[in-house]
Amino acid sequence: MLSVNNNGKRFFTRFARTIMLIVSLLITNIFAEPSRWMPVVPDQQLTFPHDYGAHQDFRIEWWYITGWLETEDNKPLGFQVTFFRYATDLNEDNPSRFAAKYLIIAHLALSDPAVGKLMHTEKTAREGFDLAYARQGNTDVKLDNWTLVREEDGRYQVDMQASDFGLRLSLSPTQMPLLQGENGFSRKGPKPEQASYYYSEPHLSVTGTVFRDNRPVTVSGRAWLDHEWSTAYLDADADGWDWVGANLDDGSALMAFQIRGKNGSKVWAYAALRDVAGNVSFFKPEQVEFVPIRTWQSPHTDAIYPVAMRIRTGEIEWQLTPLLDDQELDSRQSAGAVYWEGAVTLTKDNKPAGKGYLELTGYVKPLTL
Amino acid sequence: MNSASLSRWLLFGEWRAHLVQVIVALIAIAIGIAMGFSIHLINTAAFNEFSAASKSLSGQADLQVRGQKAVFDESLYPLLANTAGVALVNPVLELDVAIPGKQHNRNDQKLKIIGIDMFRAAQISPDLLGLPAEGETLDRLASDTIFLSPAAMAWLQVKQGDSLQLYAGLQTVTLRVAGGLVRARAGQRIAVMDIGAAQWRFQQLGVLSRIELKLQDGVNHAAFKAKLAKELGGSYVVAESADQETRVANMSRAYRVNLNMLALVALFTGVFLVFSTQALSVIRRRQQFALLRVLGFTRQQLLRQIITEGVILGVIGSLLGLGLGYAVAALTIQFLGGDLGSIFFPGVKPSIYFDPLAALTFFGVGLGVTLLGSIAPALEAARAKPALALRSGSEDMAMARLSPPWFAVICLSVAVLFTQLPPIFELPIFGYLAVALLLIGGIALMPRFAAWFFSALQAKWHSGRIGAVFTLVLARLANAPNQAAIALGGILASFSLMVAMAIMVTSFRVSVDDWLGRVLPADLYVRAAATGDQGGFQPDVQQAVAALPDFGRVDFFRSQQLMLDANRPEITLIARPVDQSDPRNTLPMTDDMMAPASWPDDVMPVWVSEAMVDLYGYRVGEKVILPIGAASNEFLVAGVWRDYGRQFGAIQMQLADYQALTGDVSVNTVALWLQTGINLDAAIAKLRQLPFGAALEISRSGDMRALSLEIFDRSFAVTYLLELVAVVIGLLGVAASFSAQTLARAKEFGMLRHIGVMRRQILTMLAAEGGLLTVLGIALGFILGWGISLILVFIVNPQSFHWTMQLHLPWGWLMLVAVIMLVSAALTALLAGRQAVSGNVIRAVREDW
Repeated sequence: MLSVNNNGKRFFTRFARTIMLIVSLLITNIFAEPSRWMPVVPDQQLTFPHDYGAHQDFRIEWWYITGWLETEDNKPLGFQVTFFRYATDLNEDNPSRFAAKYLIIAHLALSDPAVGKLMHTEKTAREGFDLAYARQGNTDVKLDNWTLVREEDGRYQVDMQASDFGLRLSLSPTQMPLLQGENGFSRKGPKPEQASYYYSEPHLSVTGTVFRDNRPVTVSGRAWLDHEWSTAYLDADADGWDWVGANLDDGSALMAFQIRGKNGSKVWAYAALRDVAGNVSFFKPEQVEFVPIRTWQSPHTDAIYPVAMRIRTGEIEWQLTPLLDDQELDSRQSAGAVYWEGAVTLTKDNKPAGKGYLELTGYVKPLTL
Repeated sequence: MNSASLSRWLLFGEWRAHLVQVIVALIAIAIGIAMGFSIHLINTAAFNEFSAASKSLSGQADLQVRGQKAVFDESLYPLLANTAGVALVNPVLELDVAIPGKQHNRNDQKLKIIGIDMFRAAQISPDLLGLPAEGETLDRLASDTIFLSPAAMAWLQVKQGDSLQLYAGLQTVTLRVAGGLVRARAGQRIAVMDIGAAQWRFQQLGVLSRIELKLQDGVNHAAFKAKLAKELGGSYVVAESADQETRVANMSRAYRVNLNMLALVALFTGVFLVFSTQALSVIRRRQQFALLRVLGFTRQQLLRQIITEGVILGVIGSLLGLGLGYAVAALTIQFLGGDLGSIFFPGVKPSIYFDPLAALTFFGVGLGVTLLGSIAPALEAARAKPALALRSGSEDMAMARLSPPWFAVICLSVAVLFTQLPPIFELPIFGYLAVALLLIGGIALMPRFAAWFFSALQAKWHSGRIGAVFTLVLARLANAPNQAAIALGGILASFSLMVAMAIMVTSFRVSVDDWLGRVLPADLYVRAAATGDQGGFQPDVQQAVAALPDFGRVDFFRSQQLMLDANRPEITLIARPVDQSDPRNTLPMTDDMMAPASWPDDVMPVWVSEAMVDLYGYRVGEKVILPIGAASNEFLVAGVWRDYGRQFGAIQMQLADYQALTGDVSVNTVALWLQTGINLDAAIAKLRQLPFGAALEISRSGDMRALSLEIFDRSFAVTYLLELVAVVIGLLGVAASFSAQTLARAKEFGMLRHIGVMRRQILTMLAAEGGLLTVLGIALGFILGWGISLILVFIVNPQSFHWTMQLHLPWGWLMLVAVIMLVSAALTALLAGRQAVSGNVIRAVREDW
C-alpha cells in the first residue's frame, strides 16, 4: 500500500500533497469534469504479463516491495522498496522532452535492529530521456540508477544504491499472484469509484546483497510485492490507514487494511487470507478490526504510532510486534510524506505465525507554529 | 624634568603653537587614506556581491558544461547523466527575456529566466526553487507559471497571482506569477520556470544553456574534467566552478584595478602633502633642535622625539582616514549602489564588509608615509652640526640635501624605460609604475628647476625695471628654491594628475563619439528580443520591414555570444553586410587590415576587434577556427576594427557567409535609412503599425549616441570626483607650505618692515611669490601631466581595455583649471601671509636672538 491520504496537509508536503489534493478533488468533480484518466471499474479482467507493467491511463501507480532478510550470521533486516508513478495532469500539450507529465518517485528503506532506526532515502524525477520511466508490458521502472525489473521468468531484479547504503536483490516468485478484492478490483471506501486495481505477490524468495557503509552483506529472505494503480482513490473523510502484508510461516499469505476517518473511526476495511493450497478467504469491512496494543512516540515528528497491534480477521486474531520501534520514514525535506513502515512479526494464539510489514499513515499532527 | 615629560612638553608645545598646521596635516593623511580605502571597499563589495550573485545561479556544482554558442542540443543531458563518475546532473536553460513596456529605459534590462528541473536543481542549486502558494505545489512544474525574486517582483510591479507578459521573439507570452524563490540575493532580478515550460513557451525546444554536474565522491575533478572535455570535443566548454569565478573576475578586473590605481593616485597626492608638511615642520624647527642638542639632548633622543611626533600624527590621521573611508563607502553604496557609475555590476545591491587586512594595509601606508616624511628631515636635523644649524637661514641647505638631483634623474629614466614594457597578468602594472615614477621624479627635480628658472628670470630682469618688491620675490625664489619647491610640489602633483586625467578622458570621449558616428550610420535601429539561440526577426518579419516604402536602405544584423575560452567572458559575433570592396565603409577599421584583393578565395573573411588581437592573439592574415556553423570552420582575419563597446572581444563577418554556414536566417537588429523627405516620427509610427510592431524596440541613432555618451560620462563621474579631491589636496598643500614658510619667515618680514617695506608690499610680495610659483607649477604640471596622459592613453588603456584611441587635448578646460589654481594658490599664499605680517614688528625681529 501507499502512503497516500486525502488529508494532505498532515503528512504530505509540497507536490505529493498537491497530487493527492487533486485526486481527492477529483472524487467530487469526477462527473462534472471529463477526465482523460480511466476510472477503476469492477469486472475488469487483469491480464498478465501486461498488467505487470505500467498503466499510463491511470493517475497513480506503485510497486511496493517489503520483506524480511537474514544475513549470513542470522541477523534480521527489514527492507522496503517503492516506485511510484504519478501523473501531474500538467503539460499535456507541451512538446518539450522535459515536459513534466509523469513523475517517478522511489523510496528505499532498511530496518536494522543494530542501527536502531530506519535508514531511508528517496528520489524524484520527471519521466523522460530514458533516465526515469515506468514501462508498459512488464514491470520495468527506472529512476536514474535505481531500477526494478521483472524478467521473463517472473523474477524481479532490484538495484538501488544510495550514498551510504543500498541493495541489489533478486526476488523469485514461489506462488501465484494474489488478486485482491474482486479479481483485482480493490475497494477503498464506501463509494464504488473509490477503488484501485491491486494484486500482490507474496512469498517472493529473496537472495542478494545489502550494502552498508559500502560493505556488501549477503542476505536471503522473503518478500511481499504489491502493485496497485488507480485514478480516484480515497474517501474525502479518510484521515489515514493501517495496512499489513505478511508471509506466514505455513506458506499462507495475509493482507489486511483499514481506512480511518477523521475521528479515528473505520471508513473502510478489507482482509484476504490465502492458504498454501491457494484458497482465499475474503473479509468484509465489518469483519476486520485493528486494535492498538502499544504506542510509540516519534522523537522526530512527535507523532504517536500504534506500533504493536492486534488485528482481527473474522474469527482469527493476529498480534503484531515490530522489529524495532523507530521505523518512521520522514521524507518531507525532499519530496514526500511521513509514515511508519516497519518490519513486524506475527503471532497467533501466542505462537509465532509469520513475518510481515505494517504501514501506518496519517499519524503526524500538523506543525503548530 | 624627566625625559618623558620633557618629550611630552616639547610635543604639546609645538602642536599648541601650530595647531592649524597639525590639523591640515591630519586632514591630508585622513583624506588620502579615506579615498583609497573607500574605493577599495566599494569595489570589493560590488565585486563580491556580483560574483556571489552569479555563483548563486550555478549553486554547488562541481563542473559546468556549456556550448561555445548560447545554447546546445539537449541530447547531451542523458549522455552526461549516464557518464560514469557523475552523481548529479542539472540541466539549465537560461534566457534573457524582454518585457513589454520595459524596453525603453536603460535601467530596465531584460529579465533573466532560469529554466530548471526542480528535482535536479534541488540537489545542486536549491535556492532557485520556486515558492508556490500553500497547496499549489504543482505550480512548480506547470507550463504557465513563473517564480520571481523579490527584486524582480518589485521591478515588474507584480505579486503572487498576477499575470505577467513577456516577449518570446515578437510574440507575447503570458505567465502567472506563482510565487517567490527559496532565496535570492538582494537586488538580484531573476525568474525561475520549469525547464520544459521554458523550452516550450520561449520557443527553445530541444536546447539547453548549460548542464551542471556534481561528481561522485572520490572522483578526481581535474582528471574527469580533462577526460570529459576531450570526449565532448571543441564545441563544448567544461569548466569548474573556480573557472566561473575567474570568468566573472576577469569581466571587471581591468576596471577595478584601474579604479584602485586612481585611488592610489589620490593617496599619492595625499602622501606627498603629508610628507611635505611633516618635512617642513621639522625643518622649521632646526634651530630649536640644535638648541636642544646644545643643551644636552642626544641625537637618539632628538630622533625619537621627531619620530614619536610622526607616529602620533600618522596613527591619528590614518585612523581618521579609515573611519572616513568606511563612512564614504557605506554612504555611496547606500545611495548610489555599488557600480560606481560603471556598467560592470548591474543590478547589484552589495553590502559593505569591513576588510581588516585591507584596513591594516591602508593604515600601514598612512603611518609609513608620515614616518617617512618625519624621518628623512629628522635624520638630517640630528646629523647637523648644532653650531651651524643654530644660524638663521640654514633651512634651505637642509632641504637641498633631501632632494638630490640624481634621484630625480633615475626616477625619470626608469619611468621612460617602464613605458616600453608589456603588461603583467593583462594589467598595465609598468604603465602605472611609470606614472608614479614620473610624478616622483618630476617633484624631486623641482627645487633645481625652480632655482634655475628664477635665477634666469632674475638675471634677465634687472632690479631697476621691475621694482623693489619683485626684485625681492625673484631673489627669494631663485636663492631659496627648496622651500618654494615644496609648495610647488603640491601644485605640480595635483595639476599634472588633473591634466593627465582630463586629456585621457577627453581623448577617450572624442574617440568614442567619432566611433559612435561610424558604427551608428543608419537613422533607426530596430531590435527584437533574442531568446536563446534565435534572433527575434524571422524571414517573414524581415520581409515585412524591408517592404516598407519609407526606407531607402535596410541592413540586417545577427549578433550572438560565443564562448571561445572557459576562463574568459563571451565574445560577440556580429554577422552583417560588410562592404567587401572596402570594409572601411562599414567598420571603424584601424590601419591593420588586408586589402580585399589579397584574400585567398577559399576562406571567408572576418574582421576582429582590437581585444581579439590582445586576448586571443589573432593576427591579420592569419586563419582562425571559429565555432560557426554545424562544425567549426576556418576563417581569415582580414582586419582589425576599433570597438569601445565590447571590451571582451567581438568579431564581425558577412551576414551571407553566416547564413550559408549555419542556415540560421533569423536576425536580431535591423538598421534602417530613411528615404529623403520622410519624417522620422512618421516612419516610426509606420513600424509600430506592423502586426508585431508593439514588440519592437525602436531606437533613433541620435538617442543611442546620446545614451552611450551619457553612460560614458557616468562611468567617468568617479574619476572627476577623484580629480577634484586631488586638486583640493594640492591646494591644501599650498596652504600648508605657505603658512609654514611665512611663519618661519616672520623674522625676515619683521626685518623688511624695519627697513621701510610696507605691510601691503609684503603682502603683494607673498601673493607674487605664490602666483609665480603656481605659474611655474602649472607650466611644469602641464608638461608632466601631458607625459602621464600619453602613458594613460597609449599604454594603460590599450593594455587594460584592449582599445586604442587618438590623443585630444581639452584646451579650454585645462585653461580654466589653470586659472582657478593660479587664483586660489595666490589667495592661499596671501591669506597665510596675513597672519605672518600681522604680528608685532619689534617682537618679530627680536626673535632673531
